[in-house]
Amino acid sequence: MDAIFLQILNGLDKGGAYALIALGLTLIFGTLGVVNFAHGAVFMLGAFCAVTLNKILTLSQRIRDESVTFFEAYKEVPYLEVWFGETGSTLIEYSVPISILVAIPVMLLVGLAMERGLFRFFYNRTHAEQILVSFGLAIVIQEIVKAFYGANPIPQAPPEIFAGSANIGAMLGMSEAIVYPWWRLVYLVFAGIVIAAVFCFLQFTTFGMVVRAGMMDRETVGLLGINIERRFTIVFGLAAVVSGLAGVMYTPILPPDYHMGMDFLVLSFVVVVVGGMGSLGGAVAAGFLLGVLQSFAAMAEIKAIIPGIDQIIIYLVAVVILLVRPRGLMGRKGVMET
Amino acid sequence: MIAPTTPRKDMVMFIVFAIAILTLPIWMAPLGGSYPDLLQKFAIFGLFAVGFNILFGLTGYLSFGHAAFLGVGSYTAVWSFKLLSMNILPAIFFGMITSGLFALIIGYVSLRRSGIYFSILTLAFAQMSYNLAYSVLTPITYGETGLQLAQYDPRILDAQATVEGGGIPLTNLFGLEMQGWPGFYFCAVVLIIGFYIAMRITRSPFGMMLLAVKSNQNRMNYTGLNTRPYTLAAFVISGIYAGLAGSLMAVTDPLAGAERMQWTASGEVVLMTILGGVGTLLGPVLGAAIIKYFENIFSAINESVLHAFFGFLPDFIENGLVNVASLFVGKGWHLTLGVLFMVMVIFLPGGVIEAYDRIRKRFFSKETRSSAAPQAGDD
Amino acid sequence: MKSIITRRGLLKGTAAGAGVAALGSVAPTHFIKNAWAEEFRNDPTNKSAITLGFNVPQSGPYADEGADELRAYKLAVKHLNGEGDGGMLNTMKPLSLKGNGILGKKVEYVTGDTQTKSDAARASAKRMMEKDGVSMVTGGSSSGVAVAVQALCQEMGVIFMAGLTHSNDTTGKDKRRYGFRHFFNSYMSGAALGPVLKDEYGTERRAYHLTADYNWGYTTEESVKNTTEALGWETVAAVRTPVGAGDFSQYITPVLNSGADVLILNHYGKDMVNSLTQAVSFGLRDKQVNGKNFEIIVPLFSRLMAQGAGDNIKGILGTTNWNWSLQDAGSQAFVKSFGQEYGFPPSQAAHTCYVQTLLYANACEMAGTFNPVEVIKTLEGFNFDGMGNGPTEYRAADHQCFKDVLVVRGNENPSSQFDLLQVVQQVPRSQVEYDPSIFGGELGPYKA
Repeated sequence: MDAIFLQILNGLDKGGAYALIALGLTLIFGTLGVVNFAHGAVFMLGAFCAVTLNKILTLSQRIRDESVTFFEAYKEVPYLEVWFGETGSTLIEYSVPISILVAIPVMLLVGLAMERGLFRFFYNRTHAEQILVSFGLAIVIQEIVKAFYGANPIPQAPPEIFAGSANIGAMLGMSEAIVYPWWRLVYLVFAGIVIAAVFCFLQFTTFGMVVRAGMMDRETVGLLGINIERRFTIVFGLAAVVSGLAGVMYTPILPPDYHMGMDFLVLSFVVVVVGGMGSLGGAVAAGFLLGVLQSFAAMAEIKAIIPGIDQIIIYLVAVVILLVRPRGLMGRKGVMET
Repeated sequence: MIAPTTPRKDMVMFIVFAIAILTLPIWMAPLGGSYPDLLQKFAIFGLFAVGFNILFGLTGYLSFGHAAFLGVGSYTAVWSFKLLSMNILPAIFFGMITSGLFALIIGYVSLRRSGIYFSILTLAFAQMSYNLAYSVLTPITYGETGLQLAQYDPRILDAQATVEGGGIPLTNLFGLEMQGWPGFYFCAVVLIIGFYIAMRITRSPFGMMLLAVKSNQNRMNYTGLNTRPYTLAAFVISGIYAGLAGSLMAVTDPLAGAERMQWTASGEVVLMTILGGVGTLLGPVLGAAIIKYFENIFSAINESVLHAFFGFLPDFIENGLVNVASLFVGKGWHLTLGVLFMVMVIFLPGGVIEAYDRIRKRFFSKETRSSAAPQAGDD
Repeated sequence: MKSIITRRGLLKGTAAGAGVAALGSVAPTHFIKNAWAEEFRNDPTNKSAITLGFNVPQSGPYADEGADELRAYKLAVKHLNGEGDGGMLNTMKPLSLKGNGILGKKVEYVTGDTQTKSDAARASAKRMMEKDGVSMVTGGSSSGVAVAVQALCQEMGVIFMAGLTHSNDTTGKDKRRYGFRHFFNSYMSGAALGPVLKDEYGTERRAYHLTADYNWGYTTEESVKNTTEALGWETVAAVRTPVGAGDFSQYITPVLNSGADVLILNHYGKDMVNSLTQAVSFGLRDKQVNGKNFEIIVPLFSRLMAQGAGDNIKGILGTTNWNWSLQDAGSQAFVKSFGQEYGFPPSQAAHTCYVQTLLYANACEMAGTFNPVEVIKTLEGFNFDGMGNGPTEYRAADHQCFKDVLVVRGNENPSSQFDLLQVVQQVPRSQVEYDPSIFGGELGPYKA
């Protein structure tokens, strides 16, 4: 029982991450119809916002390290600690949450720049060309990050108060054995908030209404005298911010490296398509569904029945869903079906 | 739709292509790429891309899982070497058969959907194949370390090849060993045959039918024609091409690894085709050659090579140039590839073939063509 | 080159020509095998220099490890050519090298990118052998690549000096006559951990394995399991995890309530960094089970992984092939010249690559020829010292080096950013030796 409860929690946590990553992609790909292979790279850039901020905060004074005798080595003490003492240390400790504030404007700019500088020329080009150009862009972004930060993962610690695990079992009056890391709970809540915010934005604002109308029928909205192009630019920016935030908050769970975007790229496309093209709700639902199923497939009891099921569960589910429901969970007719 | 061609023009193109492929060792020499392994790769991946183009270029169905067929072809070929004979013909035969069957099953299921849904279905099947081959299927595929030949394999058809203390016999075509240059010429001949068949398919009524599916499948359905058998045939044919390419990989280098089936490998053939020019005959071969050239030659240029190259310049210029250039070669070869992709598609959307057509148009503008740009991509 | 044209001279000439001139010669290289007893691929006799092929991952997840290997190779080339301070040439025993290249020929090198993929690695190695005319290929940072390239080198008749590869298979079931491994293996990790685990954690423990679902993971799990079960530990479960899973939470939560009090992570690279980081965040390190502190063990450590895992590595036991803090003369000489050249200490991957290059060069010098058959015979059973792990032997039966193995612990109070691993015990070679027949496999013939 405890095991199942924990796996549900794992699944929701994973699902939150998948949904958040897929949400950004579905805005661009599911609705604007741009096949964006650089989406993983955007996610990775978000994570490196956190790394960069941490590097800046820990810019250090170099002090000759006497313990190394073979050659000249240096110890590093962050300037913030030198100048501000305790306050400085606290700032460094909270570098991941602070990165959110940095990542929002940075990622917005990244998204706008990508759209204005590149993708707007590709709305009417074929998918093949979109794939080639966005794949090229992804490689370029990756290589630039690699040139600065190397290929090794760079650990990011969560703030001290979120570092341990919460004893959820005791809180809920269940078994003592149910513990879960604080930071993952934070991530789950954060994912919920961001998803809700995006939905509210698109559902309840005039801007959102126009964008949704534009997704349905760009031509008609254009004929009504509304500048739909400009709004699509902002959608691009929004998508970059959402993916970037997913990346920032993921760093304490998965030490980021330059290649992490590619690792999530296929998965995010699968989530979007399983959810159904053109459906935000579908992407979120698919994210949680795949997350939960993936967690259960990892249980030894299930692996004993079907060996290797955890290796293929995501793809198996994708195949089954697409065969049973031709347009994914909640897809609209006619979006990228030809 | 397509540029008007005549059988004569096709024949000229084919002969030029055949000569160009067979003389690769000579004219690749100044480019530093004249050694058997690279040219074998050109031929093998060229074949893979030509086959892929039969599906993608003609029907517009974008498969993201074609590497699975390549992998299946390789595994079958190596098993044929292990169990049957070091002769390459059974290996190639079985490689094509199994990958064809595999393609039939996956194609039958995946072609029930179209567009992006089709792409994700093929991707899912390929990724499942890869993940299983890498892990739980290790007894069959040998997982991470790859399926290799061993000295005491059964080889029931030519058991005499196993010599006590004689090492592992080499793959051969009735005694002609398939390593080095003979291996290249064999692959080249197969590529030329494959190219010829692809050309015939494209120009046949069947090919026209596929193009019709691409331009408007609904209209085809309304005329009362079931398009599925046509697309399935195209899918299986391109799967067989991939299997053939995979078994050729095993022929020239008898080892099969799971990573050949990963999505990045499927993505690579997509990129090769688009880079060269989707829907054109020559484009995919060129795209394959360009990507393999970058992977093998650019990645090998290290700083000492650069210093030698710029050595004639004054020191400070030399060092500056080496520093700049080293960002793009050696460990930075991926960056060059990424930039190349972007530049190509921004300035030459039809791939390499369009570049050629534009140049041709500029200099031989009298020769009018109804549509210079080859039809690229889907919808 | 001599101007008298004989058939043999011509053969050699074409072979050399095809090799040296990157932008020249189209002449097909010779594939006539065993045509002349003393003929061998890429014979540098008529050339002024000998070329070595450094085949390391320059892209993909192990790119940093590859970069460190490449630094070590360049340093080795310098030292072989008599530049720099000579490094381990000052400490290696027995030493035939004179600091004037190998057999009087200047050492040159070419590089390639393995991408940590077997196909790419083989393509790169083939380029080195077919186009650049290398006499030896070395490098790599995974067993899949090492095994694949090793088999190729056997076929082509060029010696392969493996870089970082830890699977038993490399010198076990997939061993080859032309392949040599200086790095240790899973079996030795397990055997070395045994006594230390007994001292540190006692004999009544319940272990839970998380194992990367591929060959290296299987051999490591088996080796460690054999050791711990011999100590009297119980194995609660051994669960396979997909390689590159990223998030391992669904595998870690079942550990919490399994009754196990030790978690063994048979993961390497990014998988290990992720699974360890996540296991620690689930509070496993702070747990008490069966009245004992919960412990995590990582059978194979490297400094780059330790950097990636950050503070989570503190206090965790594992094994490593070599560590820069060793105090013997060989290690110190190497760390000193590497540190002066690059400003930081070398990793274990760098060390093994450096040593392999020197060992090959020394064997050529001893054999008095570049003929791989003679070089192989010299390396087989070669005993040496002064290269960092005490007296070492290249065992003739399986081409595996036998030397002391380091059991290390993630440093609780690192004195510098490089001081991440602390040596707990240098387990003597006699404890990690095994019978070469247990893994099967065939070395194959001397003549390729």
